[in-house]
Amino acid sequence: MSILTQEFIINKMERKRETRTGELIRRFKYNKSAVFGLVVVLILILCAILANYIAPNNPTPSPPELSNSLKPGFWSKDGIKGMPLGTDMLGRCVLSRILYGARVSLRVGFVAVGIALLLGITLGVIAGYYGGWVDAVIMRIVDIMFAFPALLLAIVIVAVIGQGLSKAMIALGIVYTPQMARIIRSSVLYIKEMEYIEVQKAIGSSNRRVILRHVLPNSIAPVIVYGTLMLATAILDCAALGFLGLGAQPPTPEWGAMLSKSYSYIVSGAWWAATFPGIAILLSVLGLNLLGDGLRDILDPRLKT
Amino acid sequence: MKWYITKRLLMLIPVLLGTSIIAFSLIHLAPGDPARIMAGEHASQQVISAITQKYGLHKPLYIQYGIWLNCVLHGDMGRSIISNEYVIKEIFDRFPNTFELTFFSMVLAIIIGTFAGIISASKQYSTLDYTFMGLALFGVSMPVFWLGIMLMMIFGVYLRWLPISGRIDILIPFQRITGFYLLDSIITGNFAALISVLRYLILPSIALATIPMATIARVSRSSMLEVLRQDFIRTERAKGLSERVVIYKHAVRNAMIPVITVIGLNFGLLLAGAILTETVFSWPGIGKYVVNAVRMRDYPAVQGCILFFAFMFVIVNLITDIIYVYIDPRIHYK
Repeated sequence: MSILTQEFIINKMERKRETRTGELIRRFKYNKSAVFGLVVVLILILCAILANYIAPNNPTPSPPELSNSLKPGFWSKDGIKGMPLGTDMLGRCVLSRILYGARVSLRVGFVAVGIALLLGITLGVIAGYYGGWVDAVIMRIVDIMFAFPALLLAIVIVAVIGQGLSKAMIALGIVYTPQMARIIRSSVLYIKEMEYIEVQKAIGSSNRRVILRHVLPNSIAPVIVYGTLMLATAILDCAALGFLGLGAQPPTPEWGAMLSKSYSYIVSGAWWAATFPGIAILLSVLGLNLLGDGLRDILDPRLKT
Repeated sequence: MKWYITKRLLMLIPVLLGTSIIAFSLIHLAPGDPARIMAGEHASQQVISAITQKYGLHKPLYIQYGIWLNCVLHGDMGRSIISNEYVIKEIFDRFPNTFELTFFSMVLAIIIGTFAGIISASKQYSTLDYTFMGLALFGVSMPVFWLGIMLMMIFGVYLRWLPISGRIDILIPFQRITGFYLLDSIITGNFAALISVLRYLILPSIALATIPMATIARVSRSSMLEVLRQDFIRTERAKGLSERVVIYKHAVRNAMIPVITVIGLNFGLLLAGAILTETVFSWPGIGKYVVNAVRMRDYPAVQGCILFFAFMFVIVNLITDIIYVYIDPRIHYK
């Protein structure tokens, strides 16, 4: 084969790859709710990155300005200038705490999902690719972990390793591992039967090479889809742990912890401190869910329910 | 059928054993001396040595596990560090509260969820469909605890329609028989108490029902749409059956199988949601109990709750599997 022909083929392949990406983007654009989800997620990420610049106030002033305690926001004449969403019981700016909270939630989400991906992919690939008793053992353990509601398992792990934000991340990561392992395993089982894997084996590629070069890259779609959906769950569960007092500890500006500290004040009419952090959680989770659903529809129509 | 149920029951054993290993290792994984952990930080030397003796804590781990499992199977899960009560008793005291809350929420979620799904599917792309599915989308992303707080704020604090925490108005005379408030007030014919119990039940169960309701609505819609596209539905319409008969008599029955799967799967979410809902509404159930136990490092209580939750979850999954066979005779189990 002349060099020219090779160039031609490579060119053609690259063009083909481009059009595939282009086609995916086009399909994504048609999915309005997915685009909305993407926008929400981008805003969330921007808030997290730019929190220092866009937050009007210090989220954790010390000592707290108790004279500003539970002041309403822009909708009321009694509000303090520069604190558009009002203040919490320690006189801290709710808006600033929510913006910094985006940082906390995303960090927890990414770390937890990262742990789950690392462990889940390893276990899933080993179980799916090698099969046999390895598979049986791993999957039985996964089954047992599935016998617990995720939040309860996270609480149990927190009970062992202790409370706090970093421990909550680890706990959630462990809790999501079985889900990821199951998804990867089923994907690997499907790919394993493909002809190109058989070809690889026939030409004597090592298991390691087959897994790293062929099995893993081809199971990337469910990883992206379920990783996104898992991020939504992680943000929700992180807030839940914070709310129960088992996750982020004060004065960390975490959405769930903000809620748990401020909801007893709704009786005295201070609704804002408990309302806005919840809206932040709801919108972030909604955005990620929509994005995940959209990605699933375009990347892997097989998974559509 | 009998064989199938026996087989399913046998399959429970490894899962339950695994769960018990998780619960058992809790005390050994937690930092500190197991005997001291079980006895509590402020226990006397006497209590600690009694516990060491009872659970054989100086023996190898697998023997310890055996002793502990034997105790658990005889209903002895140890004593709570905080209250010094038997954990099993504390769990049984709280179980009726959690059961009533979750049961009520599940009923609510199933009724409203399936109906919303059926209506959405039979009027696909209508305003009603979009409204229901929009709400369901919010529902699946809803932080339960926040929804609880909002309901509390709107209906309890501002409108003052419903009470915000507890189980029954303390001023109403009430006789406890079974511990199930609803049941007890019906048995004793105490109408005032029944009304009060229901009023206290409304907000927590709406909060708890939201997520399963939304999931059930989404699944029953897509399942209905699939069934409505099938040939036998076209035949029925062609032979002139009314739309109501087609949908409610023939389509629904065929569309319910995935819905039942989802209901079974959602039970776990419901238990997790109960932990949060009970904390928000100060509902004296097992969810609130386990959170307090973790906060106070009351490990025997945490152990008991783990076993209890896992047991519940496994049983519900079993029931779901058995219901399939009754609902769809086409499913054959080997």
